[in-house]
Amino acid sequence: MRRFFRRLVHNRIGFIGFVLCLVVLGAAAFAPLIATHDPFAQSIRARLQGPSGAHWLGTDNFGRDVYSRVLHGYRTSISTAVGAVLLATLAGGVAGLVAAYAGGWADRLIMRFMDILLAFPIILLAIAVLAVLGPGSVNTGLAIGIVYTPIFARLARGPALTVLSWDYVAAARALGAGAPRIMLRHVLPNIAAPLMVQITLSLSTAILVEASLSFLGLGTQPPTPSLGLMLSDSRDYMLLSPWTSVFSGLAILLASFGFNLFGDGLRDLLDPALRNAAA
Amino acid sequence: MTSYVVRRLLDLVFVLFGVSVLIFLMLRMIPGDAVLIMLGANVDITPDRVEALRRSLGLHLPLHEQYWQWLTGVVRGDLGRSIWTGRPVLDEILARLPVTLQLTGLALAAAIVVSFPIGILSASLRGGTADTVVRILAILGLTLPSFWVGVLMLYFASIYLPLWPTIGYVPFADDPGGNLARMVLPVIAVSLPMVAGLSRILRSSLLDVLSLDYIRTGRAKGLARRTLLYKHALRNAMIPVVTVIGVQVGYLLSGVVVIEQVFAIPGIGRLVIGAINERNYPLVQGVILIVTAVFVFVNLLVDLAYAWIDPRVEYA
Repeated sequence: MRRFFRRLVHNRIGFIGFVLCLVVLGAAAFAPLIATHDPFAQSIRARLQGPSGAHWLGTDNFGRDVYSRVLHGYRTSISTAVGAVLLATLAGGVAGLVAAYAGGWADRLIMRFMDILLAFPIILLAIAVLAVLGPGSVNTGLAIGIVYTPIFARLARGPALTVLSWDYVAAARALGAGAPRIMLRHVLPNIAAPLMVQITLSLSTAILVEASLSFLGLGTQPPTPSLGLMLSDSRDYMLLSPWTSVFSGLAILLASFGFNLFGDGLRDLLDPALRNAAA
Repeated sequence: MTSYVVRRLLDLVFVLFGVSVLIFLMLRMIPGDAVLIMLGANVDITPDRVEALRRSLGLHLPLHEQYWQWLTGVVRGDLGRSIWTGRPVLDEILARLPVTLQLTGLALAAAIVVSFPIGILSASLRGGTADTVVRILAILGLTLPSFWVGVLMLYFASIYLPLWPTIGYVPFADDPGGNLARMVLPVIAVSLPMVAGLSRILRSSLLDVLSLDYIRTGRAKGLARRTLLYKHALRNAMIPVVTVIGVQVGYLLSGVVVIEQVFAIPGIGRLVIGAINERNYPLVQGVILIVTAVFVFVNLLVDLAYAWIDPRVEYA
């Protein structure tokens, strides 16, 4: 672990990403503590202000403090994105491992189903799921989780097939290890590295998809602070005060950018074949 | 090659079948009574109207018969009727689809045209700091929320280019100049992430190819740098770029659905969002089915193009 961190510090891209992720996760986790205002408190007199000492990132059309709303918006979007990616990792990972282990028709059935899910353009599948379930941040997390499941199923199945063909797995099986033990103790550690990279990169895109869906009005619903929704609402007041639009979008970019940088750096660090060779 | 094409077509039929089942089930998986939800708060709903809608959607039949009825309808081009306007869903979609296809096509073309020079130029910048900077810029481009870029561009255009037509849509046939002028900002917003993605892949693939032996041989026998780059290296370097274009079109379509909302462009994106808000489920189903079918075909074309460009691809 310590060696990993030493290498991370030397990988500039990974390190910048890591720091950004910490900032964003910290903002989401400690939002109630570091927010300067109540994110719901309205003030008619302080509407549509620019950044100032009292309101660091200005105020929106209801006079609500944008800095505090961005922090709480992070809570919504990060928890939605994390929940979605967790769901996709579990569902996709289990499906991929079962497919690899079972082989035969079960393998074909599972992977064919994943192919069908992959056939939809990302946002349309998410929209379809939300059309069935109705809007809201929990349903948005479910929708994004379903959309990302096939990615993890494919990612888990490929390397698992390779590992399962190795002699030591045959040895473990000969010693009487059951399927769950083989998968967890022998296969999983071998596919952990690409899985970690994919989880980080998926968080980056899930944040963008969540923001898009909320921007469209299908994701998180008001009054819950949400970055996509803030950007969407602030458009009508742009000519009076562009600051809410600028900062809510910037906050989305920062989070997605951070996770993507970190994932990119992780790929260098965890993939021995790519190490030093990455362009 | 023929057997490869046949196999891909069979795959396609299977995937489209699966897609159709999922989209069919959509309406049936809505918690509660979909018909009552659709009719919503309309005051003039009578039991007769509810029953009529139920029958027109075929909801009174057993599930497999419903599917069969729906599927045979779809194959004949009957996607049902829009709940509110009563117009055939297919007509509603066909009226909007060209707008979305134009926007997507222009964005795709713009992304390809712009990413080539950027990819080639950035490949000539190598080494520690340059690599890092190029990578950070590429990731920044990939994660730019296109709807944010669109909103910001609208703002700046309204201040610095007040005469530029920024929002809305006019058909190309009515006013070619006005049509293209309105496309400029949305195309930029939606193609930026793709430019970043494509030029990054082109750069790394170009750097790989340039380190191969046949390039060294070419240099040793005195070929000009330009010839070497454009005639020998670029063609091979393009292969990975082509493979990702199919995937990228999916992202592009997703971006377009959202950007239509920003620029008030009456395409498929606005159609489906509006349909969801008024719980017009047949229309939602129709849009998702048609757009997914288009997407699946584009991916097939990209795969075939890939097999055609790179003779090493296995067809078996």
